This record gives sequence, structure tokens and C-alpha cells, in this order.
Amino acid sequence: MSRTPRIGVVTFPGSLDDRDALRAIAFMGGEGVPLWHAERDLAKADAVVLPGGFSYGDYLRTGAIARFAPIMEEVRRFADDGGPVVGICNGFQILCEAGLLPGALIRNRRLRFVCRFVDVRVETSLSPLTEGLVPGEVLRIPIKHGEGQFVAAAPELERIEGEGLVVFRYCGSEGIVADEHNVNGSANAIAGVRSEAGNVVGLMPHPEHAVDPDVGPTGGQALLASLLSNALTRV
Amino acid sequence: MKHRFEVLVSLKPGLLDPQGKAVQGSLPAMGWTNVSNVRVGKHIELTVDAGTEGEARAQVEEMAARLLSNPVIEDFRILAVQEVAG
Repeated sequence: MSRTPRIGVVTFPGSLDDRDALRAIAFMGGEGVPLWHAERDLAKADAVVLPGGFSYGDYLRTGAIARFAPIMEEVRRFADDGGPVVGICNGFQILCEAGLLPGALIRNRRLRFVCRFVDVRVETSLSPLTEGLVPGEVLRIPIKHGEGQFVAAAPELERIEGEGLVVFRYCGSEGIVADEHNVNGSANAIAGVRSEAGNVVGLMPHPEHAVDPDVGPTGGQALLASLLSNALTRV
Repeated sequence: MKHRFEVLVSLKPGLLDPQGKAVQGSLPAMGWTNVSNVRVGKHIELTVDAGTEGEARAQVEEMAARLLSNPVIEDFRILAVQEVAG
């Protein structure tokens, strides 16, 4: 019998989805471990989640100030060491600001805050969230953000695509990527990317809001299940 | 010695600026139909206490590169330095 994976969830001032993340991890059979931004201790977590919200009021740029929180030094060390790190929404923005993920997230194309279910297509199984999933698989997961437009300068975007760092794209229910499904105008409809080493992944959709069938679609289950099993594969 | 700086942060030229586009889109409704290339950036003012202006400027450069701007998507310019009393 394998042990229960411990998944740390960092709370920054202004984090909103930390509790949902902890609950979703428990729902999927993991142990959610609350972590505090001002500490320098990951509490022996097997994986770390940076949750959604509006850390530090999104002042200056989304994630720009949170990336300097004391715990981020530990998160960086953990990531450099190969530990699985997942950034959801604001957590994704923080990881981009920290340089742990490529690209950046700016104001949505149509400037509106978008809150709805979207379909995303899995592009690679080489990430802590998609291990065991088949590229091409379509998952229904909610988004809720005003600044989720993924951008990168042209050569960088080419590198991201060339090295297979795209993990998710916005798509239609059949998995077709088209402009009408690109809810925020992201470059190449990118909804999530991973690091070169593959152990850090960020995405704008919220898998933690899509696990409980009592409250809607369950597209997040497969991703969190992947994270829980991936978290235990590290010694 | 205290030195007053202004830092201008702007989106890199190649990147689409949704805010600039929205501002530009609203101008014709007010009668200004001859405006193009609107880009929205940030203007940050700060005072640095340092020995020389050169030291202060070097520090502002570093702060602008590491926090005030995101080099992935933004450029910055440092403007109008002046000595301030007290």
C-alpha cells in the first residue's frame, strides 16, 4: 500500500482558491498541506500548488510581488531539484513572473473578466498534471480571470512550441483549436505550459473547481489524479 | 543625497496591447478620428537615497529590470532625475 501524497498549497495575501485546492486534493485521495507565503518551509510536501486568486491585489503586474515572497525561494529550490510544482491561474502568473515558466500573462484580448467552463485539449503527457493522459484528450474545466492572455515574443513562442512546452490549449468540445474557442486571445490558444525540465506546470483553467460531480463537470479529476501519482514517484 | 526618478514601463513593440486598443477604439466616438498606435504603459516615480546620482541610477536600473518591469513583455526607460532636498 503506497502512502498518501502530501500536496502543499501556498496561501499568499489575496489567494482565493487555496481552500478549494486543499479540498480537491483531499477529494482525490491526497493530503492537502496548507503552506504560508511568509515561511520558508514546504513541510515535506511531495508537490506544491500555487493557487488562484489576486495575490497582493495584482498590483504592478499579476504575480509580480508574490514571486518575491519568502516561500518562493523554497519553491524555486524544490523545482530546481525536480519537485512537481503546479501554478493555477494566479499561481501560473506567479511562476511566469518568477521565470520558472516561459512567457507572460496579460489582460484578456477583449478586456473582460471571463468566468465560464471551457474545453482544453491536452497537448503532452510530459507534465505532473498530464502524466497518464493521452495528447488530444479534451477536458471541461472552468476559467475565471481577467488577465489570462498568454504571450511571448515571437522567437520565444517558437521555442515554446518547438520544445513541446505547451501542455493545454483552448479548444471546442471535439478538440478543434479555433479562434472562437480562444477565450482570452492567448498566443496559439495556449492555456498552460510546462518548464523545460517538465516538472513545473502552469495553467489558467481551474482543475480544483472541477472534481466534485455534485457541482458540475469533473475535468479536473484526471489532472489532480496525475499530480497525486506523480508526487509519489519522486524519492 | 536623495534623487528623484521617473520610470516609464511600456509593452514591447511586437506585443498587442489590449488596453491601448480599447482606448483607441473609444476615441472616434468622441470625434477624434485621426489617432492611431495608442499604447498604455506605466509611470512610476520614486526617490532613492544614495551617494551619487550614478549609484542611484544603477540601482533604479536594477529595480526596473527585476521588479518594475517584466523583461519578457515590457521595456523600461528612466527619465528626469533630479536631486531633492531632505
